[in-house]
Amino acid sequence: MTALLLEVEGLARHYRLPREGLARPGRLVRALDGVSFAIESGRSLGIVGESGSGKSTLARAVMALETPTAGHVRLDGRDLHALPADELRRARRDFQMVFQDPYGSLDPRQTVGRIAAEPLAALGGTSAAERRERARAIIEAVGLRAADADKYPHEFSGGQRQRIAIARALLTRPRLIVADEPVSALDVSVQAQVLNLLLDLQADFGVTYMFISHDLAVVDHVCEFVAVMYLGRIVERGTTAELFRAAAHPYTRVLLEAVPGTSLGRRARMPAAVEPEIVEAASVGCSYAARCPHAEPRCRIEAPELRPIADGHFAACHFAERLSGLPLPAGASAGGLAGA
Amino acid sequence: MALLEVENLTVRLRTARGPAEAVRDVSFALERGGTLGLVGESGSGKSMTALALIGLLPDGAEPSGKIRLAGQELLGLAESELCQIRGNRIAMVFQEPVTALNPLHSVGRQVAEPLILHGGMDHAAARAEAVRLLDRVRMPDAAQRAEAYPHQLSGGQRQRVTIAMALACKPDILIADEPTTALDVTIQRRILDLIAELVAEDSMALILISHDLGVIAENVERMLVMYGGSVVEGGPTEEVFGRPAHPYTRALLAARPALHLARGVRLKTIPGSVPELADLPPGCPFGDRCTLVIPACAAARPREERVGADHYARCIRLDAAAVAR
Repeated sequence: MTALLLEVEGLARHYRLPREGLARPGRLVRALDGVSFAIESGRSLGIVGESGSGKSTLARAVMALETPTAGHVRLDGRDLHALPADELRRARRDFQMVFQDPYGSLDPRQTVGRIAAEPLAALGGTSAAERRERARAIIEAVGLRAADADKYPHEFSGGQRQRIAIARALLTRPRLIVADEPVSALDVSVQAQVLNLLLDLQADFGVTYMFISHDLAVVDHVCEFVAVMYLGRIVERGTTAELFRAAAHPYTRVLLEAVPGTSLGRRARMPAAVEPEIVEAASVGCSYAARCPHAEPRCRIEAPELRPIADGHFAACHFAERLSGLPLPAGASAGGLAGA
Repeated sequence: MALLEVENLTVRLRTARGPAEAVRDVSFALERGGTLGLVGESGSGKSMTALALIGLLPDGAEPSGKIRLAGQELLGLAESELCQIRGNRIAMVFQEPVTALNPLHSVGRQVAEPLILHGGMDHAAARAEAVRLLDRVRMPDAAQRAEAYPHQLSGGQRQRVTIAMALACKPDILIADEPTTALDVTIQRRILDLIAELVAEDSMALILISHDLGVIAENVERMLVMYGGSVVEGGPTEEVFGRPAHPYTRALLAARPALHLARGVRLKTIPGSVPELADLPPGCPFGDRCTLVIPACAAARPREERVGADHYARCIRLDAAAVAR
């Protein structure tokens, strides 16, 4: 068994909203509420969920860009949030991030070579010549030309910019890359190039990915493991193969059923359940109960724990065993569109 | 006579890098009750086509060709005449409900506005109708929510409001430009279901624009695949997905990750990136990314070739594409 690279334990991040009145305190938002998981070295974990599920807060907490209200993030056994500032700064070479928007994440006034070399400059201890050399090497490793190092970001297309952002993340030879929706802003024809690149880099450098995406097909393609988040909690996790075949949490099943493009023509309508828009976590019971077509009185009283239901497969639902046996829509296993 | 006939629509833009044809020679017809999808990547010209239809092209854009709505030519109409049609007979739902709504007015007032402008209703009647429309787009507590301001609603609810606005005057044609791109997948399904239902009930015609092949596959009968301003392939949705003919369509379908494909299998990529409009070659716009390219591809823009019943593609290498894998 390989060593655990990233361990997240009981991570919570609560925000207090501005007070609504003089006498009324602001509400407490539990953006993360007791999230635990681990990733083995060289593997990938996908995090899926809708907006507001806490995916990005999780990424920021794992990257030590945000201090959690409770819980620990351990990378190679070191608790990142307990490190003194200067040690944390040095530790950052081991974990890097790729952001969603390759337009917003690259400084337009710096050459690509400088952008890619910045993590080394920030860490110190390298000469300018050495930094330039390593930046050029990494720019070639992501499929651009070394001569591109002297160009500016605006000279590149979206897909190329995302390659530059990936090059920058790779420069310090990190063990972990947290990628927050790295292909969502890209055109379909370019998405495939970047996904292939991420897989190649994992094969070549043994990088571990924490891969955040709302696109289940992309996660299925890149990650061996997946965790589904809903309102700040992990409601189901396991291997991608198992979870997408026999999803046990009703929310995972809804997400899978909603993936378009698995069949032609109109499918059965979504059950006309309660409008799932802004839902606040209930203080008691299952936070998904308000949306859940399978909810029973018990769900509104007793919050389900995330518990094992099969080997390596965990779900937070009282009826997980029953649900995982139900068939998913036929289209979802048809292997995608014709011609693919 | 078809409800909407578009013939050789071309839109020229003046860009910093010189003139560019954002839409080139696009033709299609749409019957009442028909549904048409435009699919393409950024810069393919799909949104510009929609803006030309509704007369909202940016300043300096020069459209040419023909756009006939029930026989009436729309190109060249005066702005005042267009105002009678826009929002009344052709309505549009945009991608970003946040920017499509006025943050300073209640949503009820915004839904009522077209009813007053086009429908000649008085304020009270328009307001009552607005509540009915909000109810029809399944806004929970419509009467109460009509008083809400856009920031008080969720993304999905805001998009419901823009759909209610678009439906207010019972348009003949509804254009939905990436209506769900800004929304979560589960809400996306609900909004697309809602649009399909309303279009069927009112026997409107629908033009659905999306970059997402899955959304197109599930929601329209006919589709046009656009690339570099041109329609490279068009036909019944089932035909195009079942027997894609153009190398671009085929590459696009192969480049998508799909659920339950073997993990880690390399996706087929399309080399290069989407061309800049100002740099479009005179020949096939896909030429420089196509694996089947021959010198003749760069010489002239390929003509439309028939590849099946009502299924066309613009490519001179269709025979090679059919055997290539």
